[in-house]
Amino acid sequence: MAVIITAPPVRRPVRDRHHRGVSRWVVLAGVTVGALVMLVPFAFMLLNAFKSPGDYSSGGPLSWPTEFYTRGLLTYWNEVNFPLKLWNSALIAGSVAVLGVVVSLLNAYALGIGRVRGRLWIVGLFLLANMLPQEALIYPLYYAAKEIGLYNTRLSVIIIFTVIQSAFGTYLLASVLGTFPRALLEAAALDGAGKWTVLWRVVFPNLRPTLAVLLIFFFIWTWNEFLIPLVMLIDNQTQTIPVALASLQGDRLMDAPTTNAGALISLVPAILFFLIFQRTLARGITAGAEK
Amino acid sequence: MAVSDTVAATPSAATPTPAPPSRRRPGGRDAAYWLYLLPGAVLFILVIGVPLVGTGYLSLTRWSGVGDPTFVGWDNYQRLLHDEVFWASFRNTVAMIVAMVVVPTLLGLLLASVLFDVIGRRFRPRTAAALRAAFYLPQVLPVVVAGIVWGWILRPDGAFNSLLDAVGLGALRHDWLGDPDTALPAVMAVMIWVQIGYPVVVFMAALQRVDPELYEAAEVDGANWLRRFRAITLPQIRPETFVVALTCTIAALKVFGPIYALTRGGPENATNVPSYFAYYTFFKKLQVGYGSAISTVLTLIIVVVAVVFIGVQARSERRDRGI
Repeated sequence: MAVIITAPPVRRPVRDRHHRGVSRWVVLAGVTVGALVMLVPFAFMLLNAFKSPGDYSSGGPLSWPTEFYTRGLLTYWNEVNFPLKLWNSALIAGSVAVLGVVVSLLNAYALGIGRVRGRLWIVGLFLLANMLPQEALIYPLYYAAKEIGLYNTRLSVIIIFTVIQSAFGTYLLASVLGTFPRALLEAAALDGAGKWTVLWRVVFPNLRPTLAVLLIFFFIWTWNEFLIPLVMLIDNQTQTIPVALASLQGDRLMDAPTTNAGALISLVPAILFFLIFQRTLARGITAGAEK
Repeated sequence: MAVSDTVAATPSAATPTPAPPSRRRPGGRDAAYWLYLLPGAVLFILVIGVPLVGTGYLSLTRWSGVGDPTFVGWDNYQRLLHDEVFWASFRNTVAMIVAMVVVPTLLGLLLASVLFDVIGRRFRPRTAAALRAAFYLPQVLPVVVAGIVWGWILRPDGAFNSLLDAVGLGALRHDWLGDPDTALPAVMAVMIWVQIGYPVVVFMAALQRVDPELYEAAEVDGANWLRRFRAITLPQIRPETFVVALTCTIAALKVFGPIYALTRGGPENATNVPSYFAYYTFFKKLQVGYGSAISTVLTLIIVVVAVVFIGVQARSERRDRGI
């Protein structure tokens, strides 16, 4: 691509190699190739999700399908009762996102604004808790859930992940609130606002972008969680999408089109979600690293 | 809420006595704030504290999950030391750290910097955003789904071997995940693909904090991309680099879903990792005590890694301020 664009902005005395000429196009081409490589598995999936088993066995994974075959998708859809799985995943991830953000905010308000005694240790504890391997919690949780009748319920997973996600949220928001402009708090207090009012009228509006990002992260993380749902949710009524797909792995019903169609349909919600919230995500989260 | 609202003690320039440290200001130390911490703390203790202690206790017992655990002291840990599978799983963790931390962080720095500083400023910003989205896409997938698709791609009759055939490299056809020699590298490649988007997105967000005038000024002074990368980009986003390296290292130590979906730890434990090993011991072999010991060791390693990371970060921050 030897397209040369000579539109240098004004007052650029120095010739940067990336300003004009070919090199920036080379950089663009390189990054684009990398991005395309990232997308290849999705292309494979699309190519084979609607290909009949006959097509697949004669033409292989790379051939163009000769017919638009939807039975693989239908098989999967009916076999796993996909709408129910979708609802389970959405219910769990949505509840955890909202509850996790609320709990994080309350914790962080006490730690970042309230500066309660020993807050550094408490924040450190939350941070460490977020890092724990889930295997270190799973057996007692599994046993306790069985004892109190929460085993194989969506509620058990919601409670567990609300706590796990809010451990991270608390750490993040506490460090953000540590630098909260004191003048705003002072002014609110002078106007006679109590703590509850300050939280919802002063702190919350200021944090809204960060909370939005946190909400999205919690939702996506929970949606994609696997180990705890795998252990806790054992039947078709309660399972989430990833667990349902994994439990069918190796099943004789899962031929190439069904596998790919199943994977594809399992990705659609995540991708839709991602596209909708690209903008929010783009605002970025600087993970509590700022002083 | 019947919390006695603090009346702001406005410094009305009265007697300039040395104020006691416990001034009751908004944002001061105040017992009432503990109420806000209460729900979170109760949940935390029930869902994380108690189970964690429980696992620690169970690691000192022999138990199948039914009846009462038998106390056996350090037996499980002694058995671990001589368990070849345990050591193999930790060796594989090092490979996971390479694939999930080292490579993605380095590539992520490079990509974020190029996307931000070259493509974002020389082409339309939407170009950079679209490219970033392509790299980030695998991050939003349920990792198990990604594992299942990759498992199918890497099968002997899968898309990857067909691709090799198509470009004339048919001699390289292989059962990538079924051969103990290639299974681990194959899993590593998948993990790089999964992880790369995270550092790219975090670093690009971090770069948006940086004052564009820094880059402008450097350019006017004739600094090329590499100079700008070293003199501006790297120092400016060092805090994020730390966070990314730490979170990815923890994720690598805990990796479970992809292993479950791709190989179930096989072939011959070539891709087994501590978390899958613990899961298998708990729920397939019903050796709760032994599984708890594996989990406890993994937990301790993670805590040590985290503390070391955070200590290094704190020291480097102090050094920066000392200058």
